[in-house]
Amino acid sequence: MLPILARRIANIIPTLAAVVALVFVLFSVLPGSFVSAMNEDGRTTIDPAVMERMRKEMGLDDPVTTRFAKYVTHIVVGDLGTSFRTREPVTKLISPRVWPSLKLVFAAMCFAIAIGVPLGFIAALRPGSVFDTASMVCAISGLSLSQFWLGLMMMYLFALQLKWLPSFGYGDGGIYHLILPAIALGVGPMALLARTTRAAVLDVLNADFVRTARSKGMTETRVVEWHVLRNALVLVITTIGLQFGSLMGAAVVVEKLFAWPGVGSLLVDSVFQRDIPTVQGCILLIVTFFLLINMLIDLAYVAIDPRIRYG
Amino acid sequence: MSQSTPASVTADIAAKRRFRLKGGLSLWVGGALVGIALAVAITAPLIAITDPVMSANLMNAEIPPCWEFPFGTDAQGRDIYSRIVYGSRISLTVGVVSQIVNSLIGVSLGLSAGYWGGLWDDFVSGLTNLMLAIPSLIFALAIMAILGPGLVSLVIALGLTNWSYSCRLARAQVLSLKSQGYVQAARILGYGDLRIMFTQLLPNMLGPLIVIATLGMGGAILSEAALSFLGLGIRPPFPSWGSMLSEARDQINTVPWLSVFPGLAIFFTVLGLNLLGDGLRDILDPQTTTRR
Repeated sequence: MLPILARRIANIIPTLAAVVALVFVLFSVLPGSFVSAMNEDGRTTIDPAVMERMRKEMGLDDPVTTRFAKYVTHIVVGDLGTSFRTREPVTKLISPRVWPSLKLVFAAMCFAIAIGVPLGFIAALRPGSVFDTASMVCAISGLSLSQFWLGLMMMYLFALQLKWLPSFGYGDGGIYHLILPAIALGVGPMALLARTTRAAVLDVLNADFVRTARSKGMTETRVVEWHVLRNALVLVITTIGLQFGSLMGAAVVVEKLFAWPGVGSLLVDSVFQRDIPTVQGCILLIVTFFLLINMLIDLAYVAIDPRIRYG
Repeated sequence: MSQSTPASVTADIAAKRRFRLKGGLSLWVGGALVGIALAVAITAPLIAITDPVMSANLMNAEIPPCWEFPFGTDAQGRDIYSRIVYGSRISLTVGVVSQIVNSLIGVSLGLSAGYWGGLWDDFVSGLTNLMLAIPSLIFALAIMAILGPGLVSLVIALGLTNWSYSCRLARAQVLSLKSQGYVQAARILGYGDLRIMFTQLLPNMLGPLIVIATLGMGGAILSEAALSFLGLGIRPPFPSWGSMLSEARDQINTVPWLSVFPGLAIFFTVLGLNLLGDGLRDILDPQTTTRR
């Protein structure tokens, strides 16, 4: 297991380096700097001399190469820079946001797995049945929903009309505030997992080893438990890993809708405030998290499927 | 999870046949929904009741759905139905144009990488992996932050961030088609690389690419709505379905119909595209099962 882990980590590093470079390039060509944006706000006109000093302090006048070198060396030691807006370290701004975001993303994924996988599984065992058709119609509808719209509708129904759940905010971090955002976020992955699971199970059911298992007299229950489940799981788990990507994208919108104090809403706020270091930090954090999740997924393959041994 | 339901897989072939019928149904329902959306977008000035932006009239503010205003009016007295009709133009434009950009980038990279191989292939594969490592909505959001809101920026942002699927598909297809007899024959006949790529390889992989583009269109429309909802896409007063929802959010408790109808418009359009894509897949791409 350890060599595999080492190789996976070694694989991540170039991708991460490329993301760092990309994020830097994207934002170093940004036409309006924070300082000029502050001036254009119209709220406060800044003395040109002050502007000049601020630009110097923030190092905005250095050549791009110098800035990039500085940026990379800082990131290596875990320093994401200083927020243009609050003058605090970006890490300090982000760190309280990480836990709420993780909670939301994992709650949504748990919801998606708990409902989507059994749904697709049962549908595949009875292909063409009413249950199959109904669940696949639900799945494709779930894929077509705008997640924030679903959130808005649920907010209206369950929070404002029925008053069963709080409409927005983090509250004391309890489960009541988590339910609506997690469902809004989880419906898309749930629908996709239902479809993937169904397709994967149907594939496996037609495999030779399933026919062999049946013909040697294994009971249907044993076949499903022993052969089908394990083999279909690999594809399902891949989908789960890849879904984390779009889940974290959608989380930005859902966090904003429900005023959830996560990394996503910090990212959106920072975009509007042109707080470039914070934007860069949030994006880097999200990408790193996504890469780590998919690394864990790769390790999970090895545990599930003994055929996959990486050399 | 232990499922003890016995599988009735003896009826395999029958089920497959029924499934194919279902694929046909989804093709027709999807096609109809997309057709309606297209017709609405094209004939918008004819079927809209009022101008979507200029018709503000405070005398008509916040009227619930009724005969005169089928979807109600907003706080400025604008007819929601007319705004949704015009909004279809933005959603479909973003969907279609961004998918054209995606396909152009993805296909040309994937085709050339698969055909030439070597260093170029390594470079393209690296680029594709990089694109897959960044959640596409996050990437699009970053590009929107740089370009500023607007239709053109939206098309660029969504066109640059979702090409990895068509790229990977095109590359995989080329790798399997490259050794086919007719490609070898073309090479023996002295066809140039580009000619082989565009006259021999491309036509033979159009089917799956069309499927990917159709499904991607739905994704682009959802992303447009999300970005406009965040205030980074189409800005009010122009009626995009996402920006209408963004305006409606604060009034959800008092004027709920403002939020209901734009969301339904998004839902039915994207549903139509997804169904159409599924149906097309059954026709054009018989190898792959429904998997996305």
